[in-house]
Amino acid sequence: MELVFEKSVKGRRGLRIAKSDVPTCVNLDQSLLRGKDAELPELSELDVVRHFTELSRRNFGVDTNFYPLGSCTMKYNPKVCERIATYPGFAHLHPLLPQLRSGGMLTQGALEVLYEMDVILCEICGMDAFTMQPMAGAHGELTGIMMMAAYHQDRGNTKTKILVPDSAHGTNPASAAIAGYTVRSVPSDENGLMSFEALKEMLDDEVAGIMLTCPNTLGLFNPHVREICDLIHSVDGLAYYDGANLNAITGKVRPGDLGFDIVHVNLHKTFATPHGGGGPGSGPVGVVERLARYLPISTVVKREDGTFALDYHKPKSIGYIAPFYGNFGIVLRAYVYILMLGHEGLERVAENAVLNANYIKEKLKPYYDIEHGQLCKHECVFSATRQAQNGVHAIDIAKGLLDRGFHPPTMYFPTIVKEALMIEPTECESKETIDLFIDAMIELARTAEKAPETIKASPTTTAVGRLDETKASRQLNIASL
Amino acid sequence: MLRLMGSSWKRKGRRKTMPYISNTDEQRAEMLAEIGLTAEDLFGDIPESLRCGGLNIPDGMSEQKVRDHLAAIADKNYIHLTSFLGGGFYDHFIPSAVYSTLSRAEFYTAYTPYQPEISQGTLQATYEFQSMICRLTDMEVSNASMYDGGTALYEAMMMGLRIARRNKVIMDDSVNPIYRVMIHSYSRNLKVDLVETKNHEGLANREAILDALDDETGVILVQNPNFFGCIDDLTDLAAAAHEKGALLVVSCYPMSLGILKTPGAMGADIVTGEGQSLGLPMSFGGPYLGFMATRKKYARNLPGRIVGETVDTQGQRGFVLTLQTREQHIRRDKATSNICSNEALCALASTVYLSLLGKEGLKETAQLCMDKAGYAYQRFTAIPGVKPHFHTKWVFNEMVFDLPHDAADVIGKLIEKGFAAGFPLSRYYEGMDNSILIAVTEKRTKQQIGMLAEELEAIL
Repeated sequence: MELVFEKSVKGRRGLRIAKSDVPTCVNLDQSLLRGKDAELPELSELDVVRHFTELSRRNFGVDTNFYPLGSCTMKYNPKVCERIATYPGFAHLHPLLPQLRSGGMLTQGALEVLYEMDVILCEICGMDAFTMQPMAGAHGELTGIMMMAAYHQDRGNTKTKILVPDSAHGTNPASAAIAGYTVRSVPSDENGLMSFEALKEMLDDEVAGIMLTCPNTLGLFNPHVREICDLIHSVDGLAYYDGANLNAITGKVRPGDLGFDIVHVNLHKTFATPHGGGGPGSGPVGVVERLARYLPISTVVKREDGTFALDYHKPKSIGYIAPFYGNFGIVLRAYVYILMLGHEGLERVAENAVLNANYIKEKLKPYYDIEHGQLCKHECVFSATRQAQNGVHAIDIAKGLLDRGFHPPTMYFPTIVKEALMIEPTECESKETIDLFIDAMIELARTAEKAPETIKASPTTTAVGRLDETKASRQLNIASL
Repeated sequence: MLRLMGSSWKRKGRRKTMPYISNTDEQRAEMLAEIGLTAEDLFGDIPESLRCGGLNIPDGMSEQKVRDHLAAIADKNYIHLTSFLGGGFYDHFIPSAVYSTLSRAEFYTAYTPYQPEISQGTLQATYEFQSMICRLTDMEVSNASMYDGGTALYEAMMMGLRIARRNKVIMDDSVNPIYRVMIHSYSRNLKVDLVETKNHEGLANREAILDALDDETGVILVQNPNFFGCIDDLTDLAAAAHEKGALLVVSCYPMSLGILKTPGAMGADIVTGEGQSLGLPMSFGGPYLGFMATRKKYARNLPGRIVGETVDTQGQRGFVLTLQTREQHIRRDKATSNICSNEALCALASTVYLSLLGKEGLKETAQLCMDKAGYAYQRFTAIPGVKPHFHTKWVFNEMVFDLPHDAADVIGKLIEKGFAAGFPLSRYYEGMDNSILIAVTEKRTKQQIGMLAEELEAIL
């Protein structure tokens, strides 16, 4: 398809700009002006709208296709959340307004949303205080690890290591390393859970903390999670809960009750805000009472008279991690979602997410290998090793699914499973949709035996076929100039 | 309506219908039977002692009730003040076609484009975004976006230090203080030697910067137009940095690049900025859009996602995420950054915005901002007791005035008159208690500027 620049026609305009009502009175020194105009396209509004509408039709989204992308919780994004985010009272609010003298009273509505989300997330996660500032999950991880470092500095601890299970998301070790820690990977045991024995061996006074998802990336809940947290606490380490998989247990289990000290939640996963093709996300972080003093500046407080204010007096804080109060528009959408569902809805989310995942797991077991076939939570991880013997790899199954109208599962992750296909259906999907997906997966397994070459040729029904990623990397073209 | 903290909500129990869960109770029973489990079995792997037994949050609400409730909350926010607030975040006009494009669910309900064959929409739009950022800044390569302008500047600093293999950074205090405090927070646990210089007459302090610049210096951080709105030509600083083997990192205001000399033309090595001015609402601080562009030779040092052009099996043009070996999901603790998300949808908004404004529209809008700011400058300096704080002649759309009294007080009084008149600089700068930062966008009318000038004169 043509680039937007290639459609440009000299002299065409996409917006009539308001006429100036002031004289041009500034004549900048020539040395401060740009030499030639920025080469932006010249298009009519229709040209622009048609271009981007055409582009949109070359995408799969949750609204168009089943999207069981493991670990990403691609649930339905309710329209009411989008609508409320466009209310002018929220969308047009300048973030500096509450920082003016007597300005706090001008943004009481926005502060109320932030404050109530703090309280609600504390209840859901069993924490004592939250910050809404992290702008994505990985940003939340970094914030959490920075607080961990502040805690240890405050205690005079000289700790250097963070433990991370080998099944963890890549962001965990990356976040720990960027905060200045050395990362040690803890192996999994034969049940697909973090090895308790290995953990005990690796534990020493240098350990600052551990980062865990629970259920883990295999979709398995570790019944010994409280003992793990206790063990970490025994060396004055802190336990970090990566909330990527919170959707499996909302209303059933609270990370704080398991012994975790720091939690991040991905609002774009568990709380249904759109993924937007890769962002914006939002990754609020919660902590237990003894860590609350380290939360980023500022926090929202409720005064005795019931009004809300921003608190900037936090001498022990890790400081400023976002320009203002986080991705407010995303926090707002999640707030609306939680109000719509209520406590009973959140519990049903977990129940249905787990049922859908187990249903798929049981139905596909005869056709695909699964190393850890026990009861799972929100997702299950198959392996395409049987199909790979006929030359059909996980990526081929994925491309075959595209031709059958499904977004594929996550491929090749977690890395501890060979030829991994990680399936997370979410609570939203109906039995009918899931049955169609199961049928497609079974048909692909059969085709892999009888006519593997047809799957290798997939996809054939998409806007483009398989793309040459080596060429993209070697003959780098990342901008049209 | 909600009464959080201290009191428990009434919990009326389970509801039959859930609009976002498709399966009926009958279907659930059928599925459970087929796999030989009961509803209780589903959580049987979690010891009873670890379960919480429900949440103390309110019952679910109808959509009608939620919309009424949120409309009432939104009404508590004062958006009807005539705003002259800026500080890096501006009230620019957003064309309707930006909103309509963003509301295409194929864009906003998609995930990161790991399956390129069914993500060409997101991928091509991102490639176009990268191209537009390069064309605006006169740089050669760009990433797919960052969280915001502040995190982009921090990441650029770290990237510059990695390239230079040095630890020292010189940062002028004319860089947005909101970003400077972020950089301080992020650098705390890292071996970064951060030297801050005090601006000279509203511009990056050449003498102090050159004095601090040595063979240990990896990065010089500056901004244009800077936090005070002053316009600078940073060519000399780029040359000085390069002579010492350091990199010049420039944070810029993309709207200004409709007319101003580009960081690329000045010789900058890494350019970042906040993209909010390009079609995003202010939304009380986010979601916003950080961008980052650099020279081609540094492409492989960029953090974040990058989209590249390639071909499919038939030789057709297509786009993929590229250079992924830099990223956390492959490199884990050796990655160039821990970033996983970008701000794809915000980048799309800016791409549509820039396509609608086009070559002429961006130039005209930037000129309008500057003309209106020039008019405001004339009106405000004509008020007895109001003086420009700096001697610098050139400003883009924001400027600092000294008032005869405490600026925060004056701003507070003007709120009562219906104006968010500007930002008091005492919050971030010592000795500037009487200084106010005033921003003017193309949306402000001659009449609004005149009315603020009259109210200000009446108060002083």
